[in-house]
Amino acid sequence: MRKLKGKERLIRLSLLVVAFSAISVLGLITLFIFSEGLPIMFRHGLKNFLFNLDWYPTEGSFGLLPMIIGSLLVTIGAMLVGVPLGLAGAIYLTQFTSKKVRVVVKPLIELLAGIPSVVYGFIGVVILVPLIRTYLGGPGLSVLAAAVILGIMILPTILSISIDSLMALPPSYREGSIALGATQWQTVRLVLLPAARSGVVASIILGMGRAVGETMAVIMIAGNATSLPRSILDPVRTLTSNIALEMGYASGEHRQALFATGVILFIIIMVLNTIANLTSRKMSS
Amino acid sequence: MRSWLAPRKEEKVVRTIFLFITILSVCLLAFIVAFILKHGLPVLSWDFLTRNPVEMGKEGGIFPTIIGTVALTLLAIIIATPIGVGTAIFLTEYTTEGRLTRIIRFGSECLAGIPSIIFGLFGFILFVTKMKMGWSILSGGLTLTFMVLPTIIRTSEEAIRFVPKAYREVSLSLGGTKWQTVFRVVLPAALPGIATGIILSIGRCIGETAAVIFTAGSALRLPTSLFSSSRTMSVHFYILAREGISMSQAYGTAAVLIISILLINVVTYSLMNRFLRKYS
Repeated sequence: MRKLKGKERLIRLSLLVVAFSAISVLGLITLFIFSEGLPIMFRHGLKNFLFNLDWYPTEGSFGLLPMIIGSLLVTIGAMLVGVPLGLAGAIYLTQFTSKKVRVVVKPLIELLAGIPSVVYGFIGVVILVPLIRTYLGGPGLSVLAAAVILGIMILPTILSISIDSLMALPPSYREGSIALGATQWQTVRLVLLPAARSGVVASIILGMGRAVGETMAVIMIAGNATSLPRSILDPVRTLTSNIALEMGYASGEHRQALFATGVILFIIIMVLNTIANLTSRKMSS
Repeated sequence: MRSWLAPRKEEKVVRTIFLFITILSVCLLAFIVAFILKHGLPVLSWDFLTRNPVEMGKEGGIFPTIIGTVALTLLAIIIATPIGVGTAIFLTEYTTEGRLTRIIRFGSECLAGIPSIIFGLFGFILFVTKMKMGWSILSGGLTLTFMVLPTIIRTSEEAIRFVPKAYREVSLSLGGTKWQTVFRVVLPAALPGIATGIILSIGRCIGETAAVIFTAGSALRLPTSLFSSSRTMSVHFYILAREGISMSQAYGTAAVLIISILLINVVTYSLMNRFLRKYS
């Protein structure tokens, strides 16, 4: 029996090591991205990166401000498209329709969540970009195109997590409100949405993380100009596309500057993650 | 919040708008699949799947990219599964909820949120340059391993947690040790749930572009060893479309991609359903 106990302890220890090696990956990634990206940021001053409009990485000018603004614009645009569609869909499917419809539509949407992002980008190139060019003017490759395509791309995420958090509410909330004479929409607006708030917020932040981090689809449709966009019909470059576009041939300080871009992206994502994590923990407690 | 419409009327308006939005969302997503299949299916043939590309993919098939995709995915899954499932077992069976589990779970959730381009950068600097593996299946596979790890951890953890307590109690009361209980009772019961996570991860590996292009490279030759550079279907599709090499070949590749991912998701879904029905 004693020997067995020793063996059990060994198993526990090795599982602990496995678990730690799994999350040490996060540490490794942080370490490598920061050790490649931070030195150059301090050498040339943070100002040169954060508040500079000119990106001439081979001449010592590393202005990432247009890309930061680009990421911001594209993400906000994607949220404006994805959140209302996703929320309205989630509310309709959980409150205004029968279970029969929901059990068909929800899996369908989740199946489509697996479509690779390059395919979304491609659809943007062959359908949306020409439409924008013809009817709204400009080059077509634009903030607008990227925002719409990313909005559609994050739709399944927002929809399916919002449905889950609305379904997780106790039925008595809804029943109580209806029994008091409220209409279904009043129930949704005044009772269910506030109660499911943290789940819905978490789904939105997750979608936001996907939109900020998306690379290949954005490269294909955003136009990638390093100047500040004047309107939503202008081309724009995001932080992610900045890395992917130039990684292939960059060397020396240029490459380090791309890692610095990665550092900024990393920090943005970590902040979003932490917020999502905190809100979803609030939900479970 | 006072409304400018009578409640009943408002209800009707809202209901109609939301119905419209829901139909729009479903149609948008279905349209994407239909559009790709409409243009891609005519290109598909046995030759397309089994022949080598000609002139950078202008003509011919996509055989090497299928092999590349399979090799990268297999490698990633083979490494990520034991680590992910081991972590899940530790979290659920070998420790009590506390600071330790919170740290591990937080780490895994953060990892899940990291964009694939960051994984690509990381894999490029660590595997391709520092460890001198070059652009290779090995570098790409290891990078993908890290990327899918959180998915496997999370789904395995949920699956193990779902196995009823009684299973463990019976096994322990029959004199089984903790490890025997975990390995022979809990894990087999949780297997469909764990498989769900693995299949989801396969889907992610197949669809990934940004993390792969900087670690596995984009060589169009048939890979011969773990150290050959290789192009996956997603990367091939991206290059065909972006460099305008051939639209019809791009549609064909996209169709293969979408069909394989939809198939994978259907399998995942039915597995998960069976698992949930068994225990609830």
